[in-house]
Amino acid sequence: MGLADGDLAVVFGALLALSIFLYVVLDGFDLGVGICLPFAGDTGERDRMLGSIGPFWDANETWLVLGVGILLVAFPAAHGAVLTAVYLPVSLMLLALVFRGVAFEMRLKVGSAEGRRRWEGVFAAGSLGAALAQGWILGRYVMGFAPGWGEAAFAAVSALGVASAYVLVGASWLIWRTEGALQRRAVAWARRALLGAGVGLAAVSLATPLVSERIAARWFSWPETLWLAPLPLATAALAAWLWGRLRVLPMPGDAGRRGPFWASVGLFALAFLGLAWSFYPWVVPDRLTLYAAAAAPESLRIILWGAALVLPVIGLYTVVAWRIFRGKARPLLG
Amino acid sequence: MDETLLPARLQFALQISFHILFPAITVALGWFLLLVKWRYRRTGDEAWMAVYRLWTKVFALTFALGVVSGIVMSFQFGTNWPGFMKRVGNVAGPLLAYEILTAFFLEATFLGVMLFGHRRVPEWVHTGATALVAVGTTMSAFWILVLNSWMHTPAGFELRDGVAHAVDWWAIVFNPSMPYRLAHVLLASALTVAFLVLGLSAWRWRRGDRGRDVWASLRAAALAAAVLGPAQLVMGDLHGLNTLEHKPAKVAAMEGIWETERGAGLRLFAIPDEAARENRMEIFIPYAASLVLTHRWDGEVRGLNEFVGAHPPVAPVFWAFRVMVGVGMLMIGVGAWAAWSLWRRRSLSSPLSAVLVGMAFSGWVATLAGWYVTEIGRQPWLVTGVLRTAEALGPAPAGAVWTTLGLYGAVYAFLLAAYVATLFRLAAGAGKAVAAPGGGALPGLAAAPAGPEGR
Repeated sequence: MGLADGDLAVVFGALLALSIFLYVVLDGFDLGVGICLPFAGDTGERDRMLGSIGPFWDANETWLVLGVGILLVAFPAAHGAVLTAVYLPVSLMLLALVFRGVAFEMRLKVGSAEGRRRWEGVFAAGSLGAALAQGWILGRYVMGFAPGWGEAAFAAVSALGVASAYVLVGASWLIWRTEGALQRRAVAWARRALLGAGVGLAAVSLATPLVSERIAARWFSWPETLWLAPLPLATAALAAWLWGRLRVLPMPGDAGRRGPFWASVGLFALAFLGLAWSFYPWVVPDRLTLYAAAAAPESLRIILWGAALVLPVIGLYTVVAWRIFRGKARPLLG
Repeated sequence: MDETLLPARLQFALQISFHILFPAITVALGWFLLLVKWRYRRTGDEAWMAVYRLWTKVFALTFALGVVSGIVMSFQFGTNWPGFMKRVGNVAGPLLAYEILTAFFLEATFLGVMLFGHRRVPEWVHTGATALVAVGTTMSAFWILVLNSWMHTPAGFELRDGVAHAVDWWAIVFNPSMPYRLAHVLLASALTVAFLVLGLSAWRWRRGDRGRDVWASLRAAALAAAVLGPAQLVMGDLHGLNTLEHKPAKVAAMEGIWETERGAGLRLFAIPDEAARENRMEIFIPYAASLVLTHRWDGEVRGLNEFVGAHPPVAPVFWAFRVMVGVGMLMIGVGAWAAWSLWRRRSLSSPLSAVLVGMAFSGWVATLAGWYVTEIGRQPWLVTGVLRTAEALGPAPAGAVWTTLGLYGAVYAFLLAAYVATLFRLAAGAGKAVAAPGGGALPGLAAAPAGPEGR
């Protein structure tokens, strides 16, 4: 492929961003549904909640493997620097994901009602733990892994914000994929989560330029401010639209059931673009750029060939799987 | 940094030991499920569907454990061993990337269809999904073993400023030990599954759950064990010869041979003493090691003293090798016994069923022991001749690594116990489901022979 070495680093930066974004949205709704699980009305509702994510969660989690894989293989120096800086939260996130995944299968396999309740608790705790840990890692990353209480407080706000955002997309997924009392409950969850996520997003957006001169310069220098203005404005408009929608759902004939989910995905995308703009071309804030961290070009090229061939196929069969499991969720049979 | 080396290595050993248990099952179990599905479609016999239902559940649970422990592994490269990717990432990276791209997504996506799509897709699509899951797990094993083999016998690269750069991908993928290691590990998975199926089915049999699905599982698995056990013996021998050619120090440690000798004896038992550089309490068969390794009575076997300072720790490799071979021989014997009994005599005696239950997880023991032989046997190198294990270590403080090691250890012990308990619970539940009215008073039940008590 006739790509210059520098372009190659950018292409892989984009692939990395794409996998992380897809992970955050896709496993985000799995984790959000998990966090909501204890608030369901009865076992039947919990069955349907788990049923709505059952066919998807394995594949969704794979985007995390691809994301960390690209970080590992394309930016090995950054992989080491980032993961050793957040060693403990990463370990806790992994343990939480272990429990979440195992609990899902165990919940379907145990015989007794009491055993099911216990694994549901583990599933919810694992989902919440993973969401909080990911938010914490994001907060630490934004702060450039600097130590200190202020930074820790920021990471805590980020943790709560990310967990709320996951509940938002998870509850929106349930609005789409369930009906009746559970759907009404999901609308209420989504409303509360939108408030929490909004506060978190606003806090992170305001704090970031305050602590980093580089990021402040990125956003508040003329004329960048002008053509960046649509980003926060679109975010606010979409959030307001979603809030309005969540006040009127569910509607007769189940109209507009998909709206909250795709609006949440849009909010994720806008927040993600904002972060990307703040940090590009740094892959480890203020320490390592994409270009400096990239692996040898000949190895990146051979991965790119594979990715170019295989990613469309993955996209294709992912769409097929979504088509197969379209419509309202049913309880899973072990 | 040195004080982090021990906990970091223990942690990686724990992670990989826990992780390998699950792919060791899913790689071959996927093909077993496909075979069962095919038999069902050919015969329309509900007994095969009952087998499929039970083992699909086992597959789902095992797969989930494999995925979650695999994710932990992918992070460990960065958290504990950043030097690995820094030095050989140009080779290891693409291999890992190809695993994720060609195998992970395939198996994870079609697993959803296989597990939950039964009433949503036509029968042939469901069978196709089962096939793709099996292909995916095997491809995953292929890429991982390519990388692992390359770390043992690196080829197709050049070092520039201490960093490996790929020169010839064909040589990297088909490095000298890869075909042997891949075949050896795939057979190990097949045997692990054969004995797991035998063990759980024999356990159901002993509980009086003697439907035709149990009988069919027993016979299929016994046949597989009887055929694949000897095949693994041949494969293991070929792999050993390959190791002798490329890693003589490892073979010397496996055999506990200190001095280079002709007509070397096969040590059945010994306590290798690395300080004195000799074996204590040695029991050996004269000439046998030379015969096995060189296929000649008086063949020369190079001893450990030729590799002073560059050979692995002797005792763990020596013992792990004996455990692997010992369990393997036991599996060959029991497999032949089971096949003879189930196919020729069409019966399952109480002693045999007890032995089969006892050996349900023998594949795990042999697989882990074999893994230790090869991985400890590679020390002190992480990538032979390129990177020493200690050089790859990251800056994480020893305290943090010890803490997470303890956490992972406790969690994994709990999960392993829950996993094994759940397998038996699933097996018990399968009997109930079949015995329930409508669920299966299977036609032609008389075709299954009664056990000893029934005669």
